[in-house]
Amino acid sequence: MVVLFYIFAALAVLAAISVVAQRMPVHSALSLIVVLCSLAAVYLLLGAEFIAVIQVIVYAGAIMVLFVFVIMLLNAGREDPRQRSRMAHWLGAPLVAAFLGEVLFAVWRQFSGANVRPAASLDAGPVAVGHLLFKNYSLPFEVTSILILVAILGAVVLAKKEL
Amino acid sequence: MVPLSHVLALSVTLFVIGAAGFVFRKNIITVFMCIELMLNAVNLAFIGFSRYLGNLDGQLFVFFVIVVAAAEATVGLAIIIALYQNRNSLNIEDLDSMKM
Repeated sequence: MVVLFYIFAALAVLAAISVVAQRMPVHSALSLIVVLCSLAAVYLLLGAEFIAVIQVIVYAGAIMVLFVFVIMLLNAGREDPRQRSRMAHWLGAPLVAAFLGEVLFAVWRQFSGANVRPAASLDAGPVAVGHLLFKNYSLPFEVTSILILVAILGAVVLAKKEL
Repeated sequence: MVPLSHVLALSVTLFVIGAAGFVFRKNIITVFMCIELMLNAVNLAFIGFSRYLGNLDGQLFVFFVIVVAAAEATVGLAIIIALYQNRNSLNIEDLDSMKM
């Protein structure tokens, strides 16, 4: 179980680097699907079965299909390498590495050691999640449906030929 | 059981990679995918804390984040299509003014 976590974590990080490093948007999208699926496996290992399934169905299924569809529709090809500023070229990678090191150090300082023990058991099946969703979070749930309605209307209006 | 710090380290690494891509990439669709990557990193932190605190609320937050990300993706991609019809380019350096 623990080994699986590290395998999927390494896969997620490699695919995430691939998302950023690929020149073709389609390759980035396919790498992002790998990231999402390995994160779903990590969720499963952390005991969040419902969210893992939702991640695969909604994220890797619906949202990424939308992305790939738009990439195909707009015929997005290779990114043209333009002249970027010299400062970004030389300082970019070291700044990212420094930022990553800083945040990792903060996490390590705060959460390493024996002071954070996992809870004994967590029932995260669909029944428990559904009870919580419709009892404590029923108002946000309803507001979410209005948000989706607005998003659908906005997408239809925006994608029309003439605004 | 995996320590919480390792889960958070994975989350932080994915977030920083996504942020770097957001800053460095020039294709607007790739930039958008980097935003999705950052959202997923935050989701992972929520799931990790939910597991370690024995509290299901974190997973509900992830549920809502996924729903909002779906809405955001639809509207964002519709905006990208509208921009492409007007500018005929996906490079963010060509999309730097609000005026159509």
